[in-house]
Amino acid sequence: MFVPVRLEKRLVPSPVMRIMVPLVSVIMALVFCGIFLAITGRDPLEVYAAMFAGALGSAYGLSETVVKAIPLMLCALGISVAFRMQLWNIGAEGQFYIGAFAATWLPLTFPNLPGYVMIPGMILLGLAAGAMWAFIPAYLRAKSNVNEIITTLMFNYVGILLVDYFVYGPWRDPKGLNFPLTARFADAAILPTFGASRIHIGIVFALVLVFILLVAFKYSRWGYEIRVIGQSERAAAYAGMNIQRSIFYVMLISGAISGLAGMAEVSGIAGRLQPGLSPGYGYTAIIIAWLSKLNPLAIVLVSLLFGVLQVGGYLVQTFGVPATVASMVQGAILFFVVGGEIFINYSIKIASRKEALTEND
Amino acid sequence: MGAPFIKMQGIVKKFPGVVANDHIDLDIYLGEIHALLGENGSGKSTLMSVLAGLYKPTAGKILINGVEKKFGSPRDAIANGIGMVHQHFKLVEPLTVAENITMAEREGSFWLKLGKYEHELIQFGAKYGLSVNPSALVWQLSVGEKQRVEILRILYQGSQVLILDEPTAVLTPQETCELFENLRTMANEGCAVIFITHKLNEVQALADRVTVLRGGKVTGVLQRDEIETKRLVRLMVGRDVVSHYDRKNVSDGQIVLEIDRVNALNDMGLPGLNGLSLVVREGEILGLAGVAGNGQRELAEVIAGLRKTTMGTVRLRGEDVTNLSPLEMIRRGVGYVPEDRMGMGLIPELNITDNLVLKCYQHPRFSGRWLLNNREIYNKSTQLVEQYQVKIPSLEQPIKLLSGGNMQRLLLAREIANEPKLMVVVYPVRGLDVGATEAVHKLLLELRLRRTAILLISEDLDEIFKLADRVGVLSRGQVVGDFNVEDADVEEIGLLMAGSAKGVENDVCPR
Repeated sequence: MFVPVRLEKRLVPSPVMRIMVPLVSVIMALVFCGIFLAITGRDPLEVYAAMFAGALGSAYGLSETVVKAIPLMLCALGISVAFRMQLWNIGAEGQFYIGAFAATWLPLTFPNLPGYVMIPGMILLGLAAGAMWAFIPAYLRAKSNVNEIITTLMFNYVGILLVDYFVYGPWRDPKGLNFPLTARFADAAILPTFGASRIHIGIVFALVLVFILLVAFKYSRWGYEIRVIGQSERAAAYAGMNIQRSIFYVMLISGAISGLAGMAEVSGIAGRLQPGLSPGYGYTAIIIAWLSKLNPLAIVLVSLLFGVLQVGGYLVQTFGVPATVASMVQGAILFFVVGGEIFINYSIKIASRKEALTEND
Repeated sequence: MGAPFIKMQGIVKKFPGVVANDHIDLDIYLGEIHALLGENGSGKSTLMSVLAGLYKPTAGKILINGVEKKFGSPRDAIANGIGMVHQHFKLVEPLTVAENITMAEREGSFWLKLGKYEHELIQFGAKYGLSVNPSALVWQLSVGEKQRVEILRILYQGSQVLILDEPTAVLTPQETCELFENLRTMANEGCAVIFITHKLNEVQALADRVTVLRGGKVTGVLQRDEIETKRLVRLMVGRDVVSHYDRKNVSDGQIVLEIDRVNALNDMGLPGLNGLSLVVREGEILGLAGVAGNGQRELAEVIAGLRKTTMGTVRLRGEDVTNLSPLEMIRRGVGYVPEDRMGMGLIPELNITDNLVLKCYQHPRFSGRWLLNNREIYNKSTQLVEQYQVKIPSLEQPIKLLSGGNMQRLLLAREIANEPKLMVVVYPVRGLDVGATEAVHKLLLELRLRRTAILLISEDLDEIFKLADRVGVLSRGQVVGDFNVEDADVEEIGLLMAGSAKGVENDVCPR
């Protein structure tokens, strides 16, 4: 039977729904993926319990969760800067790789530098290389309005293949039994970790950045300009803002932050440059930035949630469940959140019969 | 003449805050060409949208052949033989002419009989003198040809009444001539043609009868032999009394803005301003009347630094400011209230404070090198809201939730707060109700007393006569005419607006 339902735009987005939609979406995503697990003959509750217990129930699981969340946070923060201005930088993955690549250059070329030169040097190289990788898309977008979605996406492939070329070729460790890996970094080039865990000070980079971005978005001239340009380029031009320059710098900053993520990963976790350094952090971060509504604090939380899923997914492999169950849950969460957004901006009215009739006559 | 085919009786159409049609009666006979004349906003298009089934009237009825009909959608109107050609064509560009025309056909069969249709269309077109190639792709056609396809589609659907919304706006003079011949043929074949226009010469060239609208009401219906320019102008724009606001006269001041033979392109890359010259002095309001699309936007944007000139000079208080950036113009004291307040002047999604500092956030009082001075910004916003008596629940509210009147008041408040030397104001009261209009006008007059030079661009002659010290007319990218408001004659201005200035070709396709 036809149910007369009508969508009515809310004047103000509903604050209740803003919190409810993400929560309910996560639950629905778990239920949805549970159906598939059940079909393949597994007990969904058991699998989920194992996932969460594995990721949260032990010191090792917890620290691995944070380890996975660090690159996600950094990339998502970088992406959020561009997204705030409606610049769709899809290139975090490439910027991540190039950041790692540039950072690697320093310990490979000057292996004997002391730590207080090595680490800051690698940070600067990572930032600069990430920004450089966004340079051409930024320039083209600012000057000639070339679609940045396409250009940044294409640069991902170039970046990843460039790294492959170096680790399979000139930078391959001669003592590495022909594996495509660079030599291991000197200790001075490894980011310090907390205690015995693998959690490195990349987490501090991320948290400092969260603070800087919160302040910048709210209290800086630059944040104001981003807000205005992101909402209305015509109004920004009318107010005398230099839109081209803003687009250019925002893209560079966005790229620089993803570059830093790559540096932190290569120096804090891998200790050498290798293919597959990122299992798609730059792409997952797009989902995170979106789910977090570009809010820096929310990015931290959602990144941790995604860290749980990735670690949990990895651990349930021992049950014979593929690790991709984590990707499936991630995708399903995005699906439900995007679908659920309609409840934030619209309220659903069930029209009375009489109303429905007059509507349709 | 017999009984009218269509009788619209007492049509009222209300939109929130506006009465677009106020008890309008209209008769349409088969075989006649009926012009619907009026200024922008007089309710012509609304009335025809009601007849074409796009809007439901708030009150009133439509009789077809004496029988009352209710149209729920354009399909109902078409079923009763009424079709409309809109200003923006509704064609599917990648499809052929025949596919576009037969799209609405619903034959039982799954297969399209395009070959049969194409043959039919050629014969059908020949009957009305509308030659088109049925297998041509629509995107390859010229504007005139596309319009012909639209007309043909409506005739092919079996319509006897053809409504055209400003059909000549997009046509070249030759295409206009051709269109007029075609319309004449259709009328001779027994169709009724209704065309919406604000051009007097077209009414004279084509119409058998004309109904004139003003402010949503019918001001006159003239027969062919009664149609006369002066009379039409009076019906269209004429008021017996033009009420001035009470105001003190300000003596001749120094020249603030001087524009000398400026050319600029419009958004489509065609000439928008053609050697336009004007002068505005301090403490005076120059009112520029004119039909929309004659260079209003281009002129305002050139002055605001948003559009580059291709020739000529713009001087502000003696300084050459041609093609300076918007920021430079703001710094030199140019205030600008754009016509598109939601799209340019304000940012609907941002809150009131953000909107109020849009033009001054770079000022040292409101920001340092890096950080905004949020306290100072808050104080300033509070002060503006109080001073201009805008009732708002909170400064944190997105500005889109305010009424149009309050938005415009805040926009003006912001521009005035920057103490402009020159203020450019475009259609300042469009869409506002009487109270808000009054408030906006008061603000402009106060600004004038503070010796700001004001350029007021408007299509509302009432407004111009109320506010302006001098009156000019914008026509085809030029300022034609320059009168002191006391000496200005409404009819003469109306004639200039309709494009019958000396030296400008007056007749379109004489019969």
